[in-house]
Amino acid sequence: MGKKLLLANIDVPGIRTFEVYRKQGGYAAVEKALKSMTPDQVTEEVKTAGLRGRGGAGFPAGMKWSFIDKKSEKPRYLVCNADESEPGTFKDRYLMERIPHLLVEGMILASYALGAKTSYIYIRGEYMYIVGILEKAIQEAYAAGFLGKNILGTAYSLDVHVHPGAGAYICGEETALLESLEGKRGNPRLKPPFPAVSGLYASPTVVNNVETIAAVVPIINEGGDNYSKIGIGKSTGTKLISASGHINKPGVYEIELGLPVEEFINSEEYCGGIWKGRKLKAVIAGGSSVPILPANLILKTAKGEPRLMTYESLADGGFQSGSMLGSGGFIVMDETTCIVRNLWTFARFYHHESCGQCSPCREGTGWMEKVLHRLEHGHGHMGDIDLLVDIAKKIEGNTICPLGDAAAWPVASAIRHFREEFEFHAKYPEKVKDPKHFEKEPFRSERQLESVVS
Amino acid sequence: MSETKADVKFSADALAVAQKIIQRYPEGRQKSALLPVLHLAQSEFNGWLSVPVMDYVASLLSIKPIEVYEVATFYSMYNLEPVGTCLLEVCRTGPCMVRGADDIISHLEGKLNIKVGETTADGMFTLKAVECLGSCGTAPMLQCGADFFENLTAEKTDSLVEKLSASNKRSSYLRTNGVNL
Ligand SMILES: Cc1cc2nc3c(=O)[nH]c(=O)nc-3n(C[C@H](O)[C@H](O)[C@H](O)COP(=O)(O)O)c2cc1C
Ligand code: SF4
Ligand code: FES
Repeated sequence: MGKKLLLANIDVPGIRTFEVYRKQGGYAAVEKALKSMTPDQVTEEVKTAGLRGRGGAGFPAGMKWSFIDKKSEKPRYLVCNADESEPGTFKDRYLMERIPHLLVEGMILASYALGAKTSYIYIRGEYMYIVGILEKAIQEAYAAGFLGKNILGTAYSLDVHVHPGAGAYICGEETALLESLEGKRGNPRLKPPFPAVSGLYASPTVVNNVETIAAVVPIINEGGDNYSKIGIGKSTGTKLISASGHINKPGVYEIELGLPVEEFINSEEYCGGIWKGRKLKAVIAGGSSVPILPANLILKTAKGEPRLMTYESLADGGFQSGSMLGSGGFIVMDETTCIVRNLWTFARFYHHESCGQCSPCREGTGWMEKVLHRLEHGHGHMGDIDLLVDIAKKIEGNTICPLGDAAAWPVASAIRHFREEFEFHAKYPEKVKDPKHFEKEPFRSERQLESVVS
Repeated sequence: MSETKADVKFSADALAVAQKIIQRYPEGRQKSALLPVLHLAQSEFNGWLSVPVMDYVASLLSIKPIEVYEVATFYSMYNLEPVGTCLLEVCRTGPCMVRGADDIISHLEGKLNIKVGETTADGMFTLKAVECLGSCGTAPMLQCGADFFENLTAEKTDSLVEKLSASNKRSSYLRTNGVNL
């Protein structure tokens, strides 16, 4: 069994309460850090650990912390990104709901390292029921002297607040999140300046994902060096994976980075294999934004090496034959899935979520949704396929924030790997008018059939 | 719709909650409280934000009404028109779609005799199709107020509709409806 650093105690009865969490060794990392380490030593430990941001981009957390502007006279802020809205991702919800004190403890450690005296947890509005869970944990931490003035009798004081959003995926983008936290529309800001210099209220700010912040707890407890020994190369430590789709056991799993993809899908410890005895067709490995890969390429790289759950291995082959670990939203599709239909739901999602500031994103996502809708519903034509490729190309790299790319990549990759299925939709409009077309009869490649016959 | 300015005022309790929310932000940054206070207002005033309600929130936070309208129109959880007693929001994005979300939506349309986006004649239910709610591992699912109903089947959906009708409580993101499946 893989090592569990975040979810080891998840099934302990009452772990949501301070009392039980503390009995299981909770808040020991805060005692250690505040009593025996300087803020810079905490940052160094996180650097040694090699911890990379778990929100999607994988940026080294310790390095991000060291960019914070320490010369500024203004207060510094830590903002926890709990917006979790990338389709296929639900790990932060699980962690906050089941073991809220782990996040609170991580918030104290990270705030201490940054010298923040006020920190916020920005949580998506749909998770409102978790706001109460977090607030209760925070109150318990205050009562026990782990938050508030002079924590554990030291000179360090900290307040933590929870702030709900109101339904907008774009507020997961860090600068949109800060706008939203200031009570405005979630329009991403132009960078630079980066939040480390001018973030919340134009003050030095670090934004980190829930899981990144929680991972600081085991790093301080066990030492950065020990943490860095788990995993492979620059993919250190453990990662929470949200597994969904056509598998026997959907759910949130903590894996050691480096686990082979095939084992993750088929092992009883994790996904438990493809449901209903069906065949694997495709996987989106890191949330809706990352390129989709067909079964052969998700299990093995183009070079024929086993694909591993690491930042590097999942990206092996670039966008030609690889993908990304992203947020760890692992969406599995069996042979009855219609790639076009799935993609259409994503295009609709990105169109709905575009903030509208940049015309390539605002208009392009709408066009992609429209064209995919007509292909999927039997009103498309062959020219639509290259039209989609063209729109995606024109969005990519031409926008203020990465949502444009996030909308373009799924389209480009689906057509790259499943072009024949798009052609089928244009060629046989009558066959795709039933929304369950491939559930009734899975798509079979005519080209492959021909090559078998000849 | 029929509310006039004078009608719109938080109860003493709600006002106390609003004041507490405002305290979380630094002095002069009370506009930061806008999103949570709008949630509170929506919950207090029948599940939607009328213009007088938004104007009231603006006055509470000492900001211009336009600053509230800008925000209320941006975020999908704020309703700018009246909704049924229970707002059913079914997720339909990819991971839910591949596990049968479309079937749940058509089942509900049939059962309630309305289309997505409509409200039943008795005002009991509004049906909405929404994007990923962070429940992809327990798909298909729907949200009603603060409650998530997961791993839905046609039968479970029927029983949910009946239980919600019987409890006849207005759904609010700020509290559970107390209905269990
Ligand atoms: C459109 C968009 C949506 C995002 N959504 C999230 C999100 O829901 N949660 C998250 O942690 N990061 C999200 N990010 C990444 C954040 O901008 C930021 O990189 C991250 O919160 C940094 O934290 P980390 O370094 O700990 O990963 C999103 C980025 C983009 C462009
Ligand atoms: S890329 Fe899209 S979401 Fe991002 S700023 Fe531009 S319009 Fe808004
Ligand atoms: S796709 Fe429905 S909850 Fe994520």
